[in-house]
Amino acid sequence: MTDFTPTEMMTIAASRELSNDDVCFVGIGAPSAACNVARLTHAPDITLIYESGTVGTKPDVLPLSIGDGELCDTALFTVSVPEMFRYWLQGGRITTGFLGGAQIDRFANLNTTVVGPYDHPKVRLPGGGGAPEIASNCGRIFITMALSKRGFVEKLPFITSMGHGEGGNHRERLGMKTKGPTRVITDLCILDPDPETKELTVVSIHHGVTRDEIVGNCGWAIKFADTVIETPVPTETELSVLRDINARTKKAHQGTDKEAA
Amino acid sequence: MARILSLAEAVAENVKDGDTVAMEGFTHLIPYAAGHEVIRQGRKDLFLVRMTPDILYDQLIGVGAARGMKFSWGGNPGVGSLHRFRDAVENQWPRPLEIEEHSHAAMANAYEAGAANLPFATLRGYIGADLPKVNPNIKSVTCPFTGEVLAVVPAIRPDVTIIHAQRADRKGNVLLEGIVGVQKEAVLAAKRSIVTVEEIVDELNPPSPNSVVLPTWAVTAVVHVPGGAFPSYAHGYYPRSNAFYIAWDEIARDRETFTAWIKENVLDAKPEDFARHAAKSAKAA
Repeated sequence: MTDFTPTEMMTIAASRELSNDDVCFVGIGAPSAACNVARLTHAPDITLIYESGTVGTKPDVLPLSIGDGELCDTALFTVSVPEMFRYWLQGGRITTGFLGGAQIDRFANLNTTVVGPYDHPKVRLPGGGGAPEIASNCGRIFITMALSKRGFVEKLPFITSMGHGEGGNHRERLGMKTKGPTRVITDLCILDPDPETKELTVVSIHHGVTRDEIVGNCGWAIKFADTVIETPVPTETELSVLRDINARTKKAHQGTDKEAA
Repeated sequence: MARILSLAEAVAENVKDGDTVAMEGFTHLIPYAAGHEVIRQGRKDLFLVRMTPDILYDQLIGVGAARGMKFSWGGNPGVGSLHRFRDAVENQWPRPLEIEEHSHAAMANAYEAGAANLPFATLRGYIGADLPKVNPNIKSVTCPFTGEVLAVVPAIRPDVTIIHAQRADRKGNVLLEGIVGVQKEAVLAAKRSIVTVEEIVDELNPPSPNSVVLPTWAVTAVVHVPGGAFPSYAHGYYPRSNAFYIAWDEIARDRETFTAWIKENVLDAKPEDFARHAAKSAKAA
């Protein structure tokens, strides 16, 4: 199939990173779509966990919030929020964290807190939520975000959650034993941290995308790996699963009446 | 022993100007009706605490009831910004808002420490993150056994915690289930507590022995407010109104539409108005 949008490509490429063996802490938005596409295609036995405490959840529609009733109804079990963060996340039981963010830098540090100075922000964003400890306590981290100059910036105004910090072995130096971000999936390409410097580097380009587009949409001088492949285009199954769940979700979230009144 | 009161009585007796108030609910069982009563009674200078301040806290901030807020994620889930919260932080409207910002893990641990009557909570957290640079209440300790440096935050001890639950019995024992969030810890950490419920029944009849039950002697006031969690939800009673959460974005974006909404739906309304949300859902089911 070559008839797909960049966002669809991003979600499907992100879903392919997951397998049946993953126990995955799911961020809301793009990560949630990718994780559920994985579950509905090649990884039916994946364990999806949302920070509201729902473990092993199998939602039929994508949740709008991390605590929609759908998540609890379809979960293997549901725990309290302190238990979620203490026993399951800090306890080291979660293999993979899947995060999004407002801004990212070349070492995959994320900002979802403020644009501008913290005390006098230009834009006050929602904040970190679970991300600071998801980023340090999950075995590895995937990040999915659309590539743009506003999002992929030379310097973050605020580090909400640490990726590879200043690069190199910074995580190790801070005593972390987890891998941190191992892949960033965008709507134009896939980035991996360089094995030594940990700087995000293009390793795969989506069908129909040029190197110039990638360079032009990134806020730092982005590097390309020696070997860059083309991301396989979505299969018919992947696309139909994604479009079906998006359609079900849209219908479910619109509601049936003007409840706002 | 909990007293079964009207919402007006429960708020008048238990929420004072200047109090530290936690209205908890992790997407589920958010005590909207009680929060609206706090606005109607004109409480001011409150220090609000909540892991996930969403629309209810946007409303309290927008009417100027809060002097400060301790939180870990302040947005409209899946929709975007809380515009009243942003207006307060970015433009000090209608008044400046002092913020104390944490991560979810730290807040959850801090409530647990409060419930456990400890002065602080310990976690392996904030590593490499900037929050400790801007929040002096994030400190560290060295483990006396292993030498590991861990983050610590002060226990949360609200003057009053307000939650919504599925039901209570006539003695005031309370049951909640589904996504139970941090409500048990928030109630046990507080000096006083108000629990609004969908139903008051003769017997609690927990469907599972693992339902969260708060005994009457750990709760200050119980209030019957069917529909009181709308537009969030009460598992087994009515679903979350995602449509309202989406609609709130437009209502709250503008100071005038927000103020008009508050007048019509909070100041000129009463707790019984929430019942229609529960009833409508029951009819549809």
